[in-house]
Amino acid sequence: MTELNAAMVERYRSNFLKEVEANVEEGEWVKMCMQCGVCAGSCPLGNAWEHTPQKIFMMVRAGEREAVLNSDAMWMCTSCYNCIARCPRGLPITHIMHGLAHYAKRMGLAPKEQPTAKFAQLFWDNLVKKGRVNELKLGISLYFMNGFSEGIKTSLKMKDIGLGMLKTKRMSPMEMLGGHGVKDSAGFQKMLKKAQELEDKRISGSTD
Amino acid sequence: MADIKIGAYICKGCGLQDRLDISQLEMTATRDGKAVFAKTHDMLCSQEGVDMIKADLQGGDDAAANRVMIAACSRRAKVEAFAFGNTPTIRANLREGVIWVRPDEDEHKETTQEMADDYIRMGCAEAKAQEPAEASAEQQLDKHILVVGGGYTGLTAAIEAEAAGYPVTIVEKAAQLGGMTAQLYKKIPSCSPYADPQDTGIDAMIKSVEDNANITVHLNSTLTRTSGAPGRFAADISTESGSTTTENFGAIVQASGQKLYDPSGLSQYAYSGNADVITNLEMEALAKAADGGPIKRPSDGKEVKSVAFVQNVGQCSDEEDQLSYHSGWGDVVAIKQAMYFKDLNGSDCDTTIMFDNLRTPGAGGEDFYRSGQRKGITFTKADITEVIAGNELEVKFKDQILDNDTSMQCDLVVLDVGTLPNSGPDPYAPAAEEDEVVVNVDSILNLDYRQGTDLPHLKHGFTDSHFICFPYETRRTGIYAAGPVRRPMDLAQARDDAAGAAMKAIQEAENAGKGMAAHPRVGDLSFPSFRKEGCTQCKRCTVECPFGAINEDEEGYPVYNESRCRRCGTCMGACPVRVISFKNYSVETVGQQIKNVDVPDEFDEKPRILVLACENDAYPALDMAAMNGTEITPWARVIPVRCLGSISLSWVTDSMNNGYDGVVLMGCRRDDDYQCHFVKGSAMAAERMSKVGDTLSTLNLEPERVVIHEVAITDIQRAPQLINDMAETVDKIGMSPFKF
Repeated sequence: MTELNAAMVERYRSNFLKEVEANVEEGEWVKMCMQCGVCAGSCPLGNAWEHTPQKIFMMVRAGEREAVLNSDAMWMCTSCYNCIARCPRGLPITHIMHGLAHYAKRMGLAPKEQPTAKFAQLFWDNLVKKGRVNELKLGISLYFMNGFSEGIKTSLKMKDIGLGMLKTKRMSPMEMLGGHGVKDSAGFQKMLKKAQELEDKRISGSTD
Repeated sequence: MADIKIGAYICKGCGLQDRLDISQLEMTATRDGKAVFAKTHDMLCSQEGVDMIKADLQGGDDAAANRVMIAACSRRAKVEAFAFGNTPTIRANLREGVIWVRPDEDEHKETTQEMADDYIRMGCAEAKAQEPAEASAEQQLDKHILVVGGGYTGLTAAIEAEAAGYPVTIVEKAAQLGGMTAQLYKKIPSCSPYADPQDTGIDAMIKSVEDNANITVHLNSTLTRTSGAPGRFAADISTESGSTTTENFGAIVQASGQKLYDPSGLSQYAYSGNADVITNLEMEALAKAADGGPIKRPSDGKEVKSVAFVQNVGQCSDEEDQLSYHSGWGDVVAIKQAMYFKDLNGSDCDTTIMFDNLRTPGAGGEDFYRSGQRKGITFTKADITEVIAGNELEVKFKDQILDNDTSMQCDLVVLDVGTLPNSGPDPYAPAAEEDEVVVNVDSILNLDYRQGTDLPHLKHGFTDSHFICFPYETRRTGIYAAGPVRRPMDLAQARDDAAGAAMKAIQEAENAGKGMAAHPRVGDLSFPSFRKEGCTQCKRCTVECPFGAINEDEEGYPVYNESRCRRCGTCMGACPVRVISFKNYSVETVGQQIKNVDVPDEFDEKPRILVLACENDAYPALDMAAMNGTEITPWARVIPVRCLGSISLSWVTDSMNNGYDGVVLMGCRRDDDYQCHFVKGSAMAAERMSKVGDTLSTLNLEPERVVIHEVAITDIQRAPQLINDMAETVDKIGMSPFKF
């Protein structure tokens, strides 16, 4: 358990709903869910999830903190927005799910082996280096996400596409050597640092 | 009495002229129907046509005609145009009854014309048999309205009736007005934005009633005897101390309210012996006692920090001794009471509503639910296993969404118990079994009627007549039930209900004053009378009247309280010696129509099928079928009747003797979910006709020749089909041997 996670458990005791309302993006909407299940029925990936949004919201209200934050549900969301379009109560369901995913990550409780969670981390790590996404590196790190031999296999499978992209100048091999970035790299890093500070203050700072 | 002079008026409009031989119809009317004249018009319902008829009716005894026989469209069409006051007006239905149900082809011309001719003969025969209906002149107008019960519904009814100019007397059993509403802390909001509980406003209502000179209030009082009929009710109002005053009233509103279900018998909720497990009504008292401060729990006065609302206690249940129906307001009340805690004990107070099916009816129901969610009330779909008593209560339940067994701790448990009507004993309750424990219920009205002391129940003890078609109507004319004694309802509904019942009471007082019928034959001036010398005092009419309108005198003769009568004619159908009749509806008015149909001999192969159709459902269904152009066999002759209950067995036997080949009776649904406008008429008819098979066998006729059907107004395809089925039956079993 991370230090922050322990602090949050201590602060909200058994009231997970209040914790979500205070810390999760759009979390104050969770209490307005009327459990009709339209979101669960509308989700194209509904069958593949551990919990549907309806169930996640009920679990939040029932105080099932660990189960919610460990769930793979919010990581499976493809942001198709079907649930938002259909929710009779007008809940921003997609945003709440992403908010929960983000919060789970902050608490260090996000599922470790969840592919989309892993990819999200790769994307972030790639992005923060230069302020621009290095697609070549990101692609390669995605191929090798699950180990070296699987990475070779995937690379061979994708080689024709890769060569085609090289030919049509959609991909530059030069990107391997550092690649492009934002003009003011130091400024960019400074900005990230400040944002992180603000975010830390928002989540843990209010009681300090 | 002037001679009967029938004026026959035949319309040529709506295609009648193209389809029928009008001059032959004129001849039929004058030659067979004995009309003094027959006139035609291109469009009889036009001002010109109506004026023509009106002119013929002028001049008193010297008028050209004193009976009107209109051969045009159905009696249900152009009602306003063809209204000629007291003059008996008969409608021969040539449009919906003939040309719209027969194909326009040459091969059918002859049978179509025969149908039309028959309807003209029937119309003239009926006109001849009718007398102008007149009020008995025994009636009086009494504008005084009696309201039984001084709760929210009774007060509203009194205020509404008084505002319309009718003096009111309220009789209240308790020592003060206000009833259950006076025990409430606040009410469910009745206007936008439906966000917070509102003041009940009951104190202001009580004050306005007490200050009103036209409203008299009797507290600590009950009705010890109510006799009479609409327009002349006499009620003995007795106080607890024993003094009695008698007053007269035009009509009565019964707003005797509700009582709540007692959960003591349900051990799983630990209600008995635990001060911290309370009912929803006790919750109101607790909130009232808090007096604007935080709500404290009853056992030790501790400020409540968490509360569980357990929904559907002893209601919506299949279990014995529990209510099978729902109060309707239980869940909204729980939301309201949870808000008490959010408002008085702070938003930190945990409030959990454990529901099974959350019902928030009414215009603001959904908004109020949303407001509850916004205030942080937790809603859990739960199956309650048990409530465990202790300093901290534990509610064990199965979470139906998360599908797990769990529990919660709380300081207070509020049980959502259902509602029971404060009805008097049911006059038609089945006799108790020998070993059955009978709980005696006090009478509320103490009616001095042949048929019981109180309003008959519909279902679960609620005093309603039929909740779809006729709200407020009960099975006792001039007495209108309103509020939760009629069906479960909240204050907003009770307010509308009270106003509606007050309007009905006013209408009935006024109608009774004019000698007119109440719903559904509003305005009918006819009333039943009987030939005393023929009466055998068999009492069948007094027993079978669905409205308890008929009393008996000392010798056992029927006494018709005509303003209690709904003019359905069930007594007429009951009378074995046929001495009961109305001026405009009798054994004769229908019997003559049956006799005047031309029945061709056996070799013509033209059967005749008599259809007696209820005027409320079956007849309009046939009219609508005609509008759709649904075909009906040309052998059918349809006669509308007031109710199947009015059918005299003699009509059936006479038609058989006259050579009809089949009889189809069409009445309303008659089971527990009956749709009969006169409650019991259709069921009575079915019972009486159950023996008709024997009669047919004695005549050597097949029992299939007489059928009785339940037909609803929506049976637009089925109703004509049933008639056509009889034509097929006749085709199969052959023509009646009774033809001349």
